[in-house]
Amino acid sequence: MITKRIIPCLDVRTGRVAKGTNFEGIKDVADPVEMARMYNAAGADELVFYDITASYEGRALFTDILKKVASEIFIPLTVGGGINTLEDFDRVLKCGADKVSVNSGALKNPGLIPAAAKRYGNQCVVLSADVKRVDGRFRVFAKGGREDTGRDALEWISQCVENGAGEICLNSIDTDGVRQGFDLEMLDAVAARVNVPIIASGGAGKKEDFLELFGHKGIDAGLAAGIFHQKLLTIRELKEYLNKNGVEMRL
Amino acid sequence: MIAVIDYGVGNLFSLRSSLESLGLEAKVTADGADLAAADRIILPGVGAFGDAMAKLTATGLVPVLKEQAEKKPLLGICLGMQLLFEKSYEYGEHAGLGFVPGAVCPLEPDLADKTLKVPQIGWNALQILKDDPLFRYIKSGEYVYYVHSYYGKDCAGSTLAVSDYSIPVTGVVRAGRVYGTQFHPEKSGDTGLRILKAFAEL
Repeated sequence: MITKRIIPCLDVRTGRVAKGTNFEGIKDVADPVEMARMYNAAGADELVFYDITASYEGRALFTDILKKVASEIFIPLTVGGGINTLEDFDRVLKCGADKVSVNSGALKNPGLIPAAAKRYGNQCVVLSADVKRVDGRFRVFAKGGREDTGRDALEWISQCVENGAGEICLNSIDTDGVRQGFDLEMLDAVAARVNVPIIASGGAGKKEDFLELFGHKGIDAGLAAGIFHQKLLTIRELKEYLNKNGVEMRL
Repeated sequence: MIAVIDYGVGNLFSLRSSLESLGLEAKVTADGADLAAADRIILPGVGAFGDAMAKLTATGLVPVLKEQAEKKPLLGICLGMQLLFEKSYEYGEHAGLGFVPGAVCPLEPDLADKTLKVPQIGWNALQILKDDPLFRYIKSGEYVYYVHSYYGKDCAGSTLAVSDYSIPVTGVVRAGRVYGTQFHPEKSGDTGLRILKAFAEL
C-alpha cells in the first residue's frame, strides 16, 4: 500500500539554508545542495524548498541551486516562496521542481491556482495555507503568517481544492515551533473537508508526534524543518520507529 | 543514444538528468530521424490523455514510433505508459497507440477502499508478478513513486508488476519490446535509477 511520507523542509535565503543547522559529516551545514544530498541518503520521501529571498539576485541563485539538486537527487521536489504568477511556476518547473507550492500568491490572485492547474495539472499545484485560531475559528494568514486575511481557513482550502489544488500543506501557526505535536484538531477539520493529500506542518518535536499524526485519518505526510536540521531526530530513525509501530514507510 | 520524445507534455528535466547520472546519452527530441537513430526510445508524459495524444499526433511521430517499436525497446512513463494502450476513458473515449491490449480507466470507481484518495500520490511497493530483464536490478517490494488518477485495466496478459491501492493497480506492462511504467522511475530514487539502467541494457 501507499506509504505515509516524511518531508524535510529547507528555507533558502540568498543561496543558504536559513534555519540553524547542526550537522556532522557534511562540509557546509548551510549549503542546500549538501543538505539535500544528506536527506536523500537518509530516506526523505520528498524535499520542500522555500525560497525566502526577496532580491532578484537571490532568486537567480536559488534557481541555480534547484537545478543542481534536481540533477542529482531523484525524488519529488516541491518549491515554494514568491510564487505569484504562471511565469514563476514556469521558472521553477524548468529548473527541475515537480510541484509548486502557492500561498500569498493565491490569496492576492484567485485566478492563479485554476490557471496553473489547467496548464500543469492539479498534481503540480500545492496549496500552502498558514492557519491560526482567531476567536475560536480557523483563519488564513498571509505574508509568512504576519497578516490576518480575515478569511475562514476551511472555506479557503475547500475553494482552492475545487479550483485545482492537488495537495494541501497545512501549517498551523499555533503549533509552529512549539514542538509539542502537530495541530491535530486543525488537521482533522481540514481532512473532513477535502479529499486531496494533506501534508501536516508545524509542531513536530519527537517521533511519537508523527505516530500520533498518522493515527489520524486523511493525513498523508508530515513535514518538519528544525527537528531534522538540528538533528534532534534523524529521518532514518523516525521512519524505522514508525514502521515498527505499524505505519507503512519506504525504508 | 536514448531518444526522449518531446511533444510538449510534461517536464523532462528529471528524466534527462536521471539518464545522464547513469552515464547514458539522452536526446530530448521531436525529430523522427533521432527516433530512427536511437537505440531506445522513452515516451514521457504528464496531463490528460486526449490532449497528449493530440499533441503526439501533431508531431507526426506516431507512424515512426509504431515502426521503431518493432526494432528497439520503447518505454512509456506515467501518461506515456497509458498512451501505449488501445484506448482511454479519460474525459470521453480516446484511441491510444494500441501497443498494449486493454483500456485506461478512472481509478476512483474501481477502488475497494473508497476512503483512499485520488490521485494516488506517493510511494507504493511494486510487486513483481512476472520476472523480466527490466527487473534485473530490483527486488519485488521496492517502493516507486506514483502520481495518477487513471490506470491500465483489462491487461492481465501484459502486466509484469502491480501496486496495491486496495485493488492491484497496473504498475508495469510489456508487449513485445514495448514497456510501460505507471510510476515515475525518474522520481523513484535509487530504485527508479536501477529500473532505467536495466531498460538501457535490454
